[in-house]
This record gives sequence, structure tokens and C-alpha cells, in this order.
Amino acid sequence: MDFILHVPVIGLLLQFIGYLVGVMTTNGSLIITLSTPIALGALCGFMNERSGVVNIGIEGMMLFAAFVGWYVAALVNGGAPTSPGPLGITFPLLVGLLAAIVAGVAVSALHAWLSITVRANQIISGTIINIEALAITGYLNLLISQNPIPSAGNFQSFHVPQGVASVPVLGWLLTTFLGHGPITLTMLVLVIVLQILLFRSRWGLRTRAAGEHPRAAETLGIDVIRLRYRNVLLGGVLAGLAGAWFTLEYIGTFQGGMTNGRGFIALAALIFGRWTPIGAFGAALVFGIADALGQAVSFNPPSGDLGAVLSGVPEQVFSALPYLVTIIVLAGVVGRSIPPAADGQPYEREAKAT
Amino acid sequence: MVVSEAASSPAASKPAALEMRGVTKRFPGVVANDHIDLDVRRGEIHALLGENGAGKTTLMNILYGLVTPDEGEILLGGKPVTIASPADAISQGISMVHQHFMLVPVLTVAENILLGEEPMANPVLMDRKAAHTRIRELGRFFGTEIDPDLRVASLSVGWQQRVEILKALYRNADILVLDEPTAVLTPQETKEIFAVLRRLTAEGTSIIFISHKLYEVLEIADRITVIRRGKVVGSRIPSETDEDDLAELMVGREVELTVDRGESHPADVTLAVAGLTVSDDRGHEVVHGLDFEVRAGEVFGIAGVAGNGQDELVEALAGLRRPAGGTVELSGRTITGASPRRLHNLRVGFVPADRHRYGLVLVFPLTDNSVLTSYYRAPYSRGLVRDADAIGRHAEQVIKDFDVRTPSPLVHASTLSGGNQQKLIVGREFFGDLRLLVLDQPTRGLDVGSIEFIHRQVIAKRDAGTAVLLISAELDEVLELSDRTAVMYRGRLVAVVDGRSATREEVGLLMATGGREGPPPIIAEGAA
Repeated sequence: MDFILHVPVIGLLLQFIGYLVGVMTTNGSLIITLSTPIALGALCGFMNERSGVVNIGIEGMMLFAAFVGWYVAALVNGGAPTSPGPLGITFPLLVGLLAAIVAGVAVSALHAWLSITVRANQIISGTIINIEALAITGYLNLLISQNPIPSAGNFQSFHVPQGVASVPVLGWLLTTFLGHGPITLTMLVLVIVLQILLFRSRWGLRTRAAGEHPRAAETLGIDVIRLRYRNVLLGGVLAGLAGAWFTLEYIGTFQGGMTNGRGFIALAALIFGRWTPIGAFGAALVFGIADALGQAVSFNPPSGDLGAVLSGVPEQVFSALPYLVTIIVLAGVVGRSIPPAADGQPYEREAKAT
Repeated sequence: MVVSEAASSPAASKPAALEMRGVTKRFPGVVANDHIDLDVRRGEIHALLGENGAGKTTLMNILYGLVTPDEGEILLGGKPVTIASPADAISQGISMVHQHFMLVPVLTVAENILLGEEPMANPVLMDRKAAHTRIRELGRFFGTEIDPDLRVASLSVGWQQRVEILKALYRNADILVLDEPTAVLTPQETKEIFAVLRRLTAEGTSIIFISHKLYEVLEIADRITVIRRGKVVGSRIPSETDEDDLAELMVGREVELTVDRGESHPADVTLAVAGLTVSDDRGHEVVHGLDFEVRAGEVFGIAGVAGNGQDELVEALAGLRRPAGGTVELSGRTITGASPRRLHNLRVGFVPADRHRYGLVLVFPLTDNSVLTSYYRAPYSRGLVRDADAIGRHAEQVIKDFDVRTPSPLVHASTLSGGNQQKLIVGREFFGDLRLLVLDQPTRGLDVGSIEFIHRQVIAKRDAGTAVLLISAELDEVLELSDRTAVMYRGRLVAVVDGRSATREEVGLLMATGGREGPPPIIAEGAA
């Protein structure tokens, strides 16, 4: 007790806030980078759940896509060096990206079939996908590592020209939001586009109706089954992009289980963001900040009292920060964030005799 | 064509807008529609009458492409058409207002109306301005403009029904099917909807009107077709028929529509409620200090639009919810917050509104369901062991006395029709000598035959000296049975009127407005 009384708590808190703001401003670009798989995963969940299909298999879809994308890119590359275009784009990487998307769509097709046609329990379907993805990619990776093939490298970040980057404020904004690889940039565009489409387009209106009251949509001539299939498959594209981010943009290799729960955090972001693209992106940023903070503390620890206190905390605590934030955020938000009314309910078409 | 039969109708000379010929649909174990013929002329209101399960809804679902018929054909304007989906039906000019609202609560009025027929500004985005203009135009049809940006969840039930009809108008329906559109409306709201329907037919729209309220059908319809057990059993013109005739056609036997309730002889106060306050699940007070008494040998009715606190009141009286304040006394004994079992031991019977959630265990046989409130007592139970013979005998008694139609007392309750399920519950709860009966919507969703039966039983209980508390959103039922009728509005009893002299209009107005001046509100009470 005595020890705690001697620690200047208020001072430490102020120091911590200062440090946090410092991390957020100097590492803005890193935060967006780290929030990319979470945001893309949440967008995948958004496509599913807004039309009435629960998807807890995002983690597995991402992992599958990460593995397939990496392996296909490496195979196409064949060890031969290629000269990269802008953003580090090479032919093998593009093929790998495409393969990752195809993998995401393929796994989504399984989920769609089980959830929509077979009308299986959607939680079970998602769980199967998560377990299988971890096991299959881990096993195949083990086989491949016995005859390792060189990776095809990864996409590079866009470099804002020095002259522009040094302009105050504008330069910071541009480097933070544009200084990324192609997948992250795509994510930023998708968040805005999907937000507009959800509330302003025919697709968005029909999707919301199918997720809230599918029978009402059906009576107005909307094919709910087809709409749900299309949305889940499009969600697979987004999960594929999220997976590709791991192995084709962030780092250029695959490790077993490398998605590390990002798919589940994406689900939390979706709930925290109230099932809207902008909301989910905002929530993903919160997790990105937690992630970046964990990294900053080990690479660039704060000085003074705060540094002394933090150096006493085991390193693992900082690695666990995104997960801790998930728990705290969900505990505070769940129950107040209302999911689409028909989320998770299989739709049966023919009306029974009454 | 049956022109000669309907020669006196003004619509007779007009061509048939819709003909259904020999339409047949079989579901496992039942023929829902057995070679049904129906013709609807341009600009007429054609009523479709029948008991629950007679096949009206199936026939309309076939017309709307929701159910595929096994046989038969559909002709529109004399030409045969195939309707394989609601999209087909809509493109052929058929719209349907379903029995249960087909509205998405979280979407706005405009979004609900546009859905499926969105006006587009470009290939991707919708043209909201054009849509809003159109909706306001259509709204003028009702004499009142509606704000297209209101959320449907915030609208009162009457306005939600208007939005349903606006959906049909927006699609320029030639044929409009209305499946029990007045079931949830007050008499005033019904009148307004009827005026709209007449204006529509004047412009050439044909309307198929499904209802089980006979006086409504007689008031609005040009012609009436009656269906029983999947077959057309007759057609009538309102001027040449009456309620008794229609009821007999529907049921297949003579039915007394209004039970002769006779004189009542109220005695001592049995149930005394004082300052009763009840909160809902979210902790909001929804019943505000009710005071009322029910005497032995009288029926005390509480009328009101659903959602004005009746559910919470019933739950508080039945021991399913702890009152937040006030007292409840039964023959001088305090029973505030008493458990259902204690109430039952004090000879209180309770018929819940939702027979599937509260009244029955659907996967139990009728035998066990017949003793759900008394299984623990002799003779049904001896110590820890239940007596299957005694339970079986009791079940058979209930089935016989209350006319429950079932192949055996051992079948699951889920296999019975709604009417027979309800008769089983009534039989269980009415059994023996009762002090008090709490009836929550005791005939909801039942056909005239079952309603007649249950109403007779209520009167019989009253005459045996039981105090009966009847809570119902079905105004006719309250008026027919009650000696005194109270109106519940926003958690308060706003008026108590004499049950025998009160009129539908008088009580209906109290239900809609709570006795205040001015038109009923558009926004539902308590909506977010």
C-alpha cells in the first residue's frame, strides 16, 4: 500500500495521455496499417450480418486467404527476381492477391451454402471454418517448409513526395492516410463507398430489409436467398483482401495462426461500430491504437516516471493490449448496440398453410 | 361467369379483373384449397369469408406467388398468367396487405414503400427526392400527409396499416388483397380505411377483402364468397344476406353470434385492486395506479388498444410480474405479488393471451397439459409419484366437457388447431369451482364456432358466481360479455361504462384518444 501512495498517480496519468497523443500523431500511419485487417474483416462481417447471416468464421477466412495468397505468389514468382512497379506491385504479387480473394470467396461459399441453403446453425458453420483454417494451413505450411520456396516479397507503401510531406498539417494528413500499400488504400476507399451505398443505394436498402425482416422483403418481390448469397460471397472478397494484407503487404511470409485473433477483433469492431462501415472503421482504429501503443512501448519507451513504471510491466501485457481493449469495449457496448433483427436466422421461403 | 346471380349488383356489368379456376393446393394430410373458383370484377370489393384454416390465406398466397398451386389456373383480364413469385404478382398489378404487417420497423416510411421498386437517380443510387414527392402525393389520398422520413417503428398501428396500403398504391395495384386489415384497428380507424378503399374502387381498383368480422364484410363488400374446409360453399350479395346466414355458411351449422348473456347478479367484491403500479422489463412504469373492483357473478371488461399496459397488468395479477406498488385483494385476503401456484390454490383461473408461450407445453400430450396447474395435488399426484390414470381421466373429462376435437388425449398439444388448443386451456382453467377468472384475449385468432363456445362458458362461470376479469383488444368481445367495461389508455383506466348500453363508437373513441379532444396521434405512445 505504501508504495502505491508514493506514486504520483495524477502526474503519471497526464504523462501517459501525453505519450498516447504522441504515439497517435507520430505513428498515425502505423495505426491505420495495423487497423487494416480488422477493418476489412469487419466489413466482411458487415456484408454478411446486414443481410441476416452471422459470420464468426472471418478469422478462418482471413487465415486461409493469407496462406493461399502467399503460396500462389511464391509459386508464380518461382524465385526469379522481378522488377517491381509502383507500390511494389509485381505480377506474382497480383496473382497472389487474386488467389487470396478467390480463397476468401471459396470459404465464404461454404459458409453461405451451410447457412442459407442447408440452414445449419451459423455459429457452428463459422466455428468449423475457424478450426479447419488453422489446422489445414498449419499442416500445409509444415509440408512446404520442408522444401522452402522463396517468398514473392510484399507490396510497398506509397511515398508522399518530400516537398509535400513537409507542409505542416497537410503533409501529416497525406502521409498518415496515403502512405500505405495498395490493400490498405483499398480499405480506406471501401469504408467510404460502402457507407454511402448502405444508406443511399438500392443494394443497401434491400440488404438492410433482408437483415431486418426478410419476409417483408420477399413479399415485395426481392429474392432474399439470392441477395444473401451475393452478400456473403462479396464478404468473402473482403476477407480475402484482409488475408492478403498479412502475407502480401504487411510482411511477405506466412506463419501458422498469424491472423492471431484479428478476425474476432473485427467482429468486436463491427458490434462497436453498430454495423456501419464508418463505425466499424472507427472501432478498428481504436484497436489499431492499442496495437501501436503496445509496439511503441517496446521500441520507443517513454522517459521519466512513466517509463520507470512501464518498464516494470511484463512485455506480454502490451502485446495483449488489443485483446484487453476488445474485452473492455464489448463489456461496455454489447447490449446497447442492436444487431439486425433477422441476424442469424435462416430464411425459409414457402409459406406454410395457416 | 355468374352474372345472373349477381345481376342486382352495380358492379355486375363490369368485366372480370381476376378469375381463379379450379385452384387446388394439397399440404401433407390436408387439402387447403379444393378446386376453388373465384372471380373478381373491376372496381368491386369482394369479400372472402371463412373460418381459420378454411384456406383463405393459402388461396391468396397462391395469387401472390408465395405458394405454388398443384392444379388450377389464374386469369387476369381474361388472359391466363403464371405467378411464380411475389415479383411476378407485383408486375401483374397485384398487391397484398398481409395479416401480419410486412413492414421493416427500423426503416423509414419512404424506405418501406420504395423497397423493391426504388426510383433511381443513377444506376447505383436512389432518387430520394422523386420518391418523397410521390409518397406525399399518395399520402393526400388519405386526406393527411405523412412524413416520409418517420421511422415505421414509431408509428401507431393505424398509421402502419396506412403505410401498408400506401405500398400497394405506390405500385399502382389493379388488384389489392387485404388479409384481415381491421384486426388491429379501432372502429374509427376502420372507418377511415374503408373510406380509402371505396375511393380506390371508384378509380377502378379491385379489392379482395378477407375478414372474419361479419358486420364489416356486410358493410364494405359488393359480393361475398364463403370458403369452408378448402371449398367454396356459397356466394352472397350483402343486401340479400345477414350475419346469421353468413355464419352458418362459414361454420356449416347454425351459430349464435352473440351469446345471450342474460341477467347478471353481482354479489360481494371478489377482486379489489388499489393503486396498482406495474413496470415493464426496462423498468419504465407502464401501469399507473389502477383502482378497480370485480364482484362475484359479474364480468368486468377492460378494452384498449394493445400496448397500453394490459400485458403488464395481466402479468401482475397472474403472479408473473411483481407489482411496483399498490395492493391486490382476493375476497379480503392480500395477494399482491402472490405466486401462480398460490393463486391457483386460492381458486383463481388464468387464460393467457399467448397460448403457445404460457398456456401449453406444445410437446406434451393433452393429458399432461390438462393438469399443468394442478399436477402436484391429489388425485393427480400421490407423494412424489404422479397418477397417470387419474390424469388420464381428468383429461378425458376436459376433452368431453369442453369439446376439444382430438383423435386421442395422448397426442401432443402442438397437433391441435388453435381453437382446440384454446378450448383445452379454457377447460383446464375453468375446471371446478372458481373465485376469480382472469381472461387475457381468450379468443384471439379463433373462428366463430370456437368463440361462441368459449363465450358461453364464460357466461356459465359468471352465473355460477365467479368474478370474471376480461382483458381484450377485441372490442366486440368486451362489449358482448361485460357487465361493466373499462377503457385502458396509456396505463390508466380512463373510463368505466355500463357494459350493456355502451356503443362501439363510444368505447372505440375512448380507446383511440383516451377521452381527449382532437384526432388520434400519429406517433405511437411510448415510441422512441
